Amino acid sequence: MFAWKLAVRYFRNRPSSWLAVAAVALCTFIVVVVLTVMNGLAFDFKEKNHLAVGDCILSTDSLVGFPDDPNWLTLLESQPFIEAVSPAILGVGLVTQPGADWNIAVQFLGIDPVRHSAATGFGRSLYYRKNQPHLAFVPSYAPHEPGCVAGIDLAGISRTSQGTYLHPLQQMPIRLILSSFPLTPRGAMARGGTDLVNSKTYYLADDSHTGIPQIDGSMIYLPLEEARLLTGMDSPFPRISSIHIRFKSSVGLQEGVEKVRKLWTEYLNSRRNHPYFNLLEAVRVQSWLENRRSRIAAIEKEQTMLILLFLMLGLITVFIVFVIFYMLVGHKSKDIGILKSVGMSKVRIAQVFLNFAALIGLFGSLLGAAGGCLFLVYINPIENWLFEHFDFQLWDRTIYAIGQIPNQIQPGFLVSVGLAAIAACLTGALIPAVQAAQKETVEVLRVSQV
Amino acid sequence: MKTIIEAKNIHKSYPMGKQTLHVLKGVSLKIQTGSFTAIVGASGSGKSTLLHILGALDKPDSGSVEFQGKDISRLSAAQLNRYRNQSVGFVFQFYHLLNELNVLENTLLPAMISNGSAGYLKKKKELQEAATVLLERFGLGGRLRHRPFELSGGERQRVAIARALINKPALLLADEPTGNLDSKTGSGILEVLNELNRGGQTIIMVTHDLRIAEMAGEIVHLEDGRIVEEPKIK
Repeated sequence: MFAWKLAVRYFRNRPSSWLAVAAVALCTFIVVVVLTVMNGLAFDFKEKNHLAVGDCILSTDSLVGFPDDPNWLTLLESQPFIEAVSPAILGVGLVTQPGADWNIAVQFLGIDPVRHSAATGFGRSLYYRKNQPHLAFVPSYAPHEPGCVAGIDLAGISRTSQGTYLHPLQQMPIRLILSSFPLTPRGAMARGGTDLVNSKTYYLADDSHTGIPQIDGSMIYLPLEEARLLTGMDSPFPRISSIHIRFKSSVGLQEGVEKVRKLWTEYLNSRRNHPYFNLLEAVRVQSWLENRRSRIAAIEKEQTMLILLFLMLGLITVFIVFVIFYMLVGHKSKDIGILKSVGMSKVRIAQVFLNFAALIGLFGSLLGAAGGCLFLVYINPIENWLFEHFDFQLWDRTIYAIGQIPNQIQPGFLVSVGLAAIAACLTGALIPAVQAAQKETVEVLRVSQV
Repeated sequence: MKTIIEAKNIHKSYPMGKQTLHVLKGVSLKIQTGSFTAIVGASGSGKSTLLHILGALDKPDSGSVEFQGKDISRLSAAQLNRYRNQSVGFVFQFYHLLNELNVLENTLLPAMISNGSAGYLKKKKELQEAATVLLERFGLGGRLRHRPFELSGGERQRVAIARALINKPALLLADEPTGNLDSKTGSGILEVLNELNRGGQTIIMVTHDLRIAEMAGEIVHLEDGRIVEEPKIK
């Protein structure tokens, strides 16, 4: 108790302790703010990818797809760990408008919108038909015409400099002509002569905002059977490109993926005599994380780099605390001599200084975390104010698919940063504390007498 | 009378640049329980070094110190801490009080250390009462919550004496207790020490002033690191 009492008095009475508190608070503030924003961005990006793919995906890199077996889909749907299954066809093509002299290379995804919304976040990504996937391909202005949904950036929805999309009150009547090359199961052109390309006009029914620029800027969603016709995956037998799966909420990701892998291996073994067994063999069973690894890896790498940078910041904190305590132990030599002369042990003398360091860490981290939280709460209004008055934006919203700056404060993260700050202070104070404990009583009392 | 502490053939030297300064050259000394002994000597004669060795603040190069028949050089670090905390009380020339603590807390310092957190909390009231009684006895009843820098030199030294006595040590060691005080205040401190001695407290006091030493019951002359019967300088 005495070691704490004296530590508290040193803490209160030494101006240098407030300098150390300020240094720790500043480091904590920076770590809390930057890592909260960065973690928020990473989490957001991962979640968007998760929603786009579902929990698990069976897919092939080949544009010719793999055999669409209703028995296999039924088998998947009957599994108690699976919530929803959605077959899809991915194709590439060109899009233009009637009478236009331009065209754009796009990807298109053929889906059953209801099944796909159950397995992925497709239904939530719609604007006019949000959470009404059964109406996704029904244009409000031409209900009996074939409809499609375009990625929000491809649909040409304008965006404010603060990142808000400005939708018209109703879907504007837009016709899109989509063309694609139908392929045989062997990858050859399915048609010859002038009929080489499949083209069809679709009416834009809605736009989809996944928050993933690559998808929002180049994807057109069509009914599954329409995509099958465009890609030639209707003959000589029906084919698909991927199967998206959502697990029941009680099932772990890896557990679910392993179960699907096992089922797929058994299914594959039973189809060894299939004439296009090679197409089935090319199918991979992946979790959404594995499937989107190449996209997610970049942001994870940035996260790792930031953590490394902050470790260096932590080392600077340790050094600042070390310097302050080194000077403090020098100034407090007399006190150390007095404490030893009245029988205080070396361990408890070291404890006085370590307690002092813990107080610096505690107050510094509390102040830094409180300041960080306050700043995060107001980070978006601050950025808006800076943009309005000084034209400054952290991210140009017309370029980056970021709406608000993420500011979701994680209590567990705050506690971890606080504990790390205390640990850094204890580390910085350790050597001076040991030096204090090792001081010779007579020496320090004699010197302080002089 | 019973011997409380005995020094046997103590030698102590310090490195001084490239040379070695031989401070104590075979000092032997016996102090009886209840006595008031003054160790007198000129500056550099080794009297403070001897006092530090007797109080286990320093170690002799050779020779031994026996306290109540036990060789303190054989004590473990924890036992030495206990010896400094409970068997002896130190009073220094420059008071050596902690500025962060008030008068009452400075006085209670050895008691807080010896009792540990739980023990101190258990006995807090009792210990605070004992410290208050001690401080009131030394005329500091109205200064309990004052910090050392708010006190006069004489008051600070009386707080230092109270601190030295809080654990009721068998031996009080005073190193030039009046050395930093004017003669009137110094006389007051000596009167306090005399009163303690009259109450049975064993005291060893180091001083360079023979007039102060004469107030003690016994005088030991230290000259050039040795105890002498008849000092050359008076």
